[in-house]
Amino acid sequence: MDWTFRNDLPIYTQLMQLLSEGIVSGVYAPGEKLPSVRDFALEAGVNPNTMQRALTDLEREGLVFSVRTSGRFVTENAEMIREAKYRMAEEKTKEFLNSMKKIGCSAQEIVTLLEQMKEEEK
Amino acid sequence: MSILECKALSKRFGATQALESIELELEGGHIVGLLGPNGSGKTTLIKLCNGLLTPTGGTVRIDGMTPGAGTKAIVSYLPERNALPEWMTTAQAVDYYADFFEDFNRDRAKEMIANLGLQENQRIKTMSKGTREKLQLILTMSREAKLYLLDEPIGGVDPATRDYILHTIISNYNPDATVIISTHLITDVEPILDEVIFLREGKVVLYNSVDNIREEKGKSVDELFREVFKC
Repeated sequence: MDWTFRNDLPIYTQLMQLLSEGIVSGVYAPGEKLPSVRDFALEAGVNPNTMQRALTDLEREGLVFSVRTSGRFVTENAEMIREAKYRMAEEKTKEFLNSMKKIGCSAQEIVTLLEQMKEEEK
Repeated sequence: MSILECKALSKRFGATQALESIELELEGGHIVGLLGPNGSGKTTLIKLCNGLLTPTGGTVRIDGMTPGAGTKAIVSYLPERNALPEWMTTAQAVDYYADFFEDFNRDRAKEMIANLGLQENQRIKTMSKGTREKLQLILTMSREAKLYLLDEPIGGVDPATRDYILHTIISNYNPDATVIISTHLITDVEPILDEVIFLREGKVVLYNSVDNIREEKGKSVDELFREVFKC
């Protein structure tokens, strides 16, 4: 994981984003046990209380769950992970479309560009 | 009970008002950045908290006690200057701390000495400035204290050591302890802080959590500092 943080957002929301990305991309597999709050904080180089807050919020969203004495785990609910992935993809696509709009690209131009790039990748 | 409580705390040196009517209440379990330009009163506040200075007005309480022998047992202080006798070796300095402080953890000190590449039998006299700082920090962080007062802990060391030191602060400190770090290197410490205190000309101008500041202002603590203290 690449733990770098932007300046304009709270660190805990960025941690939530990074951890969600890790889960939907499979870096953390469904059902996998996550490191302890302290180890996770050390890995990310952040305050343990901030990591705790991010994990608690992810728990509320259902992407992770904790089992009283044995720690925190990634959800096993594949449907929930798929939904989260779709939500994030939608978000990122919106950002992309916005930035294209800013430089004056029409929808048609964007589609053409994407098709061209797909061709080149083959 | 709060671990640190200042009420109308003031300190005057002759004609200079170093601190004026400081009101603060810090809870246990937080890492707090004490930030401010040169001469804003950071070191004075830290010295009042560990009893090296006495207030001109108001009170400071550590875990309910006035600074003195009782608080020294629960407060681990990193001075801004080297405070160890120059003739001591690394190993002797460790013994010295172990003698003085019941909460000193030798295993922890040994581990950090090995990780930071210090020599057990090197005399402080022959150490570089950075190495002296490392030793002093190792001794300070090897105590299992309730309150750590770190006055400029990372100023004189290289960026790799800085990272190690910040990691050490996160990994060693117990969840009930409070760590106060005074520093100018805000970007380096920002991710590990819960809260920050901004001091200007002896007054608290801001006391808030890092994530609240980022949420409300849409900028980092470092950026806010540059804005508030623009010359």
